[in-house]
Amino acid sequence: AEIPDSVFELLHAEIVRVLKNGKDGSRSNTELKLKLEEMGYRVGQGWIEKCTKDRAPFKDELDVMKFVCKEFWMSVYNKQVDNLRTNHQGVYVLQDNKFHFFGQMSSTAQYTDEAHMYMAFPGGMLRGALAAVGVNCTVGCEITSMPACKFTISVLPS
Amino acid sequence: LISTMARQARATESRKISSELFTLTYGALVNQLVKDYESDVEVNKQLDKMGYNIGVRLIEDLLARSNVGRCHDFRETAEVISKIGFKTYLGVTPTIANWSGGYDEFSLILDHNPLAEFVEIPDDHKKLFYSNILSGVLRGALEMVHQEVEVKFIQDTLRGDDTTEIRLKFIRKLEDAIPAGEE
Repeated sequence: AEIPDSVFELLHAEIVRVLKNGKDGSRSNTELKLKLEEMGYRVGQGWIEKCTKDRAPFKDELDVMKFVCKEFWMSVYNKQVDNLRTNHQGVYVLQDNKFHFFGQMSSTAQYTDEAHMYMAFPGGMLRGALAAVGVNCTVGCEITSMPACKFTISVLPS
Repeated sequence: LISTMARQARATESRKISSELFTLTYGALVNQLVKDYESDVEVNKQLDKMGYNIGVRLIEDLLARSNVGRCHDFRETAEVISKIGFKTYLGVTPTIANWSGGYDEFSLILDHNPLAEFVEIPDDHKKLFYSNILSGVLRGALEMVHQEVEVKFIQDTLRGDDTTEIRLKFIRKLEDAIPAGEE
């Protein structure tokens, strides 16, 4: 079934809030980021599997990236990535000019931990999705100017 | 007025995601909560709290996209919950059943629970109500429309029960409903 993405955004916001209280009190921001990233990773792996079930295998790395920027992004954020740049040496920068998970956050929020925390799960999803289709990488997240952000993918040498 | 119109406009954009993605994410969440909190009862509580916080906001989204009017009694409320609420956000229409004599209590029976698809609960978590976020969502949403309702799961097929049943009990009408925001 297709459901409104509002409920997904609300769930994500609550996940960030509730995971802040860890097992024995509160998690540090570093630990929280890690936990959210981990969760995102598992969801990303599972989700791209579903997205690519009836699809022919990817031709190459760039083919993967284009899929991620279009179909994958669409399926999660209801829009495509606005800009993809690469140095053709394993580094890809994905720019989303209106990142939905920021919701109603104000522009000054980009200086808060909270906004950055909202990128941890998405960053993990991206990394998990790529890993599941054979592209092992690190993913860096950066808020350029609310609500625009960047995900920098560095493919690890195999 | 303008913000209402903006909300209407926003709501009629069909920004949809697959419920499977939602289900996957929910599964990862429950998994993490089970690791963080030792007792099932505590996990149930956390899920309920989360649901409440979601519900108080989700209701606004629902009202903006569905034009549903004020419910005059609990029976109308039940219909709206099942046919509009659950239908919109989970894609299913639970059966309304087991009304109390005074029509202040009823059950929602979920023949199919999208949240629980492909989920198995290990034997050492028999007290867990996997989908307990729904209890909170209903409670929070109803509070915002001035109804204090007690909501709880009483059966769950994931625990080996015959059905998945949520019980809703009308407590009272709220006057100036400013919910004490839960942390």
